[in-house]
This record gives sequence, structure tokens and C-alpha cells, in this order.
Amino acid sequence: MQVPAHFEYEKATTLDHAIELLARLGPEARVLAGGHSLIPMMKLRLAQPDALVDINDLAGELGTIALDGDELRIGAMARHAELLASAVVGEHYPIFHDAERVIADPIVRNRGTVGGSLCQADPSEDLSAAFAAVGATAVIAGPNGTRTVPVREFHVGPYETVVGPGELLTELRVPIRPGGGSAYEKVERRVGDWPVAAAGAALWLDGDTVGAAGIGLTAVGAAHFAAAEAEDFLTGNAATDENFAEAGRIAAANCNPVADQRGPADYTRHLAGELTTRALRRAAARARGQEG
Amino acid sequence: MQITVTVNGTEHTRDVEPRRLLVHFLRDDLGLTGTHWGCDTSNCGVCVVWLDGTPVKSCTALAVMAAGREVRTVEGLEQAGGLDPIQEGFTTCHGLQCGFCTPGMMMTTRWLLDRNPTPSEPEIREAISGQLCRCTGYANIVKAVQWAAAHPAEEVPA
Repeated sequence: MQVPAHFEYEKATTLDHAIELLARLGPEARVLAGGHSLIPMMKLRLAQPDALVDINDLAGELGTIALDGDELRIGAMARHAELLASAVVGEHYPIFHDAERVIADPIVRNRGTVGGSLCQADPSEDLSAAFAAVGATAVIAGPNGTRTVPVREFHVGPYETVVGPGELLTELRVPIRPGGGSAYEKVERRVGDWPVAAAGAALWLDGDTVGAAGIGLTAVGAAHFAAAEAEDFLTGNAATDENFAEAGRIAAANCNPVADQRGPADYTRHLAGELTTRALRRAAARARGQEG
Repeated sequence: MQITVTVNGTEHTRDVEPRRLLVHFLRDDLGLTGTHWGCDTSNCGVCVVWLDGTPVKSCTALAVMAAGREVRTVEGLEQAGGLDPIQEGFTTCHGLQCGFCTPGMMMTTRWLLDRNPTPSEPEIREAISGQLCRCTGYANIVKAVQWAAAHPAEEVPA
């Protein structure tokens, strides 16, 4: 029987209340959203926070998914199932629907949240790569107001983010630009598992040329969940299968996988390259309107 | 701390530790042992209950998170003395052998049919993909859900 250690529990009723509670409860307090990363960690005693601030009552305030001008705004309390069901997300960034279809299972997706997934900062987490690919910005609220951080600077290391004591992630903002396509490709040992490796791609085409490219990688030790060298190679180059294959080779060469229970390092590196290439091909097809 | 949770339409008030998991609150504090407790890791799905109308794995929710909310368990499927069609389906189609996964399976598939009254086989299999059955190979579970879809409950006159 897995039982968490003792902790104090408070339920926040508004964002301001949550920030007040975090200030009062101190640096060993943690935010409880869907609980599908934090509660398992607490049951295994890998996490033993002094206090939890439950923000599930903020699902209305922090759970909205909507277009706002030229940005797609995704609230931190949006459940995985809501991201997957969102038509506006599917229209502008199908990468998120690709990723959500292979995150955990439908019941877990009913509960787990977008913000919780990012804040857990697991080095194999899927949405971290998807948000890195699309160039999202994280919005963090704290006692001194809100600040924004590019999502590629959000993760400091495994299980560590820039969200400081007394702060919480409230929203992800994704820029909308015309001519784009995006996709996510993952290899897992069994349905709903963490990836052996996965790659996300976002491409903006200017005719047959890559105007801008974003490539996210997870579970392969890529810095900032991204493949910056492959992006640099593609930008301004022709959007061809040959160049997508070369971008995959560059991505594979620049990541840093380690052998773990999901596979040896050379296999994981191979996947990083192959999945990058596949995600780029699919993103390009979508940008050209050839695939939904 | 004291919490009040509405379970199957009835309010229950109890003193619980914040670390009490919802599955143990239902089984041990309220005696509703229809909800099963399996892997304890949110993999197997035998502990699925509805929280505010949505299926969740109750081994990965705290009882205090259900305070002021509505929970529906397998004991709440039966209405007015009659079994829910999903229960009839599992009975008729032999949708279980040992029965350990059955409460969670029925809570998930009742929710599926509420949202999609005529699901395809792939949709049924996707819906139960977060739940494990080690006896049936899932074939009879799928048949049970298809049976329930074909035999919806009659509208009860108001």
C-alpha cells in the first residue's frame, strides 16, 4: 500500500488566493493540479512536500483554451483531454493532438493537466517537446505579478523549472503564424507509456523554402527539449525530404541519450533522428494542406 | 480535516487525513467496496469512479480533492432497483471472469455510452485502454458494451 507522508492541505479559490497560500506555507509547499505526477511521486515518497495548495477550483480561471489575436492561449489547468478535444488547437497546432493521443490513457488524460506536465519537468515528458517545437511562452504568476519565460528556458534540468517558491505556472502562449504545419512522432514500448524517444516539428513554409522551423525532442537528453542545430540547418533551405533526413541526422548527432530501461543509447539516438525526419515530413505535408 | 463528499447522491461527512486516497476513503471509510484497489499506480483502472461526472482513477486522487464534489461509484449504476444496461451487458455477454476489473470497466463504459451512444469497436477499445483485464482478452467486454449500446435504458416517465 502506497501512502504519502503527512502534509498540510489547502484549497485555493482564486489565483490570488493560491499565491497567498504559497507565500504563507513556504518554499516546501507544492501546487496540486491534476495530481497525476505529484501524487504518484508522493506515494513513492520521492516527493514529501510540507503542504499542498489544491488549484482544481481554478479550472475555470486557469483552464481556458482560446485564440487571442495571433496567440493560442492554453491555461495551465487545461486537462489533457481538453487539449485533445479542442478544435482550435487541432486547427492551428495538430502537433498537440498527435502528442495527446499517445500520452497515458483516456482516464489519466481526464485528470492530468498541461501545466502539471510541464512543471513535473520529467526529462521524457511529451508536451515539453511539443511546446519547445512551437516556440511557446510560459506565463508564471507570483507575489510580484506575472512574468513570461520562453518555454525553452522553462526547464532548468530534470524535475526542475524556473518556477520559484511562491510562484505557479498559469498559461502557455503559442504564436500563430500563417503557412505553418506541425506534427508529433513517438515510439513507446506499449500504448500510453513514456516515450523511448519522441520528436515534434513545426514548420512554416515560404513556397518551397523553410521560412522557420521548430524541432522538439524528448527522452533523448536534448538541451531545452529542442534540436537547435537541425532548426538552423533547415531555416532558409529547401523543404525537401532529403533536407528533412539531414535535419534528422543533425538532431540525432546533437542529442545526448543515456541507456535506461526503455532502451540502449544508440537505439534511442537512432529514433531521435528518424522521428525528427518523420515529424518534419508530416509537418510539411500539413503546411501544404496535403494532410489533416 | 472534515470533508463532505456526495457519493451516489448521498452526502457523507468524515474526518480524514489529507493524505487519504479517494479509493481508500470510498472503500474503508464509507464501506463502498465495489470500487476496487489494484495497482496503486494509475495503470490498471480497477479504481475508476466518476468525479464531478468524469471518470478518474481514485488511487491517484486525494479524498480531500473530492470535498464538495460529487462521486459516482459502481454502487450508483443501479437505478430504481434495476440494473444499468451496462451491468446487464456484462452479465449477458460474460464480460468478466474473475470480476476484479469489472467495476472500473463499467464506470468507464457507462460514461462512454453517455457521450457516444453508438460507439464503434475501436472507440470502445480506446475508451478502456487505460484499464487492464487479465481474464477475458477484452473480447467479451467489447461485446458487453455493444450489447448495452443496443439496449439503452427506457426513459423513465417524469
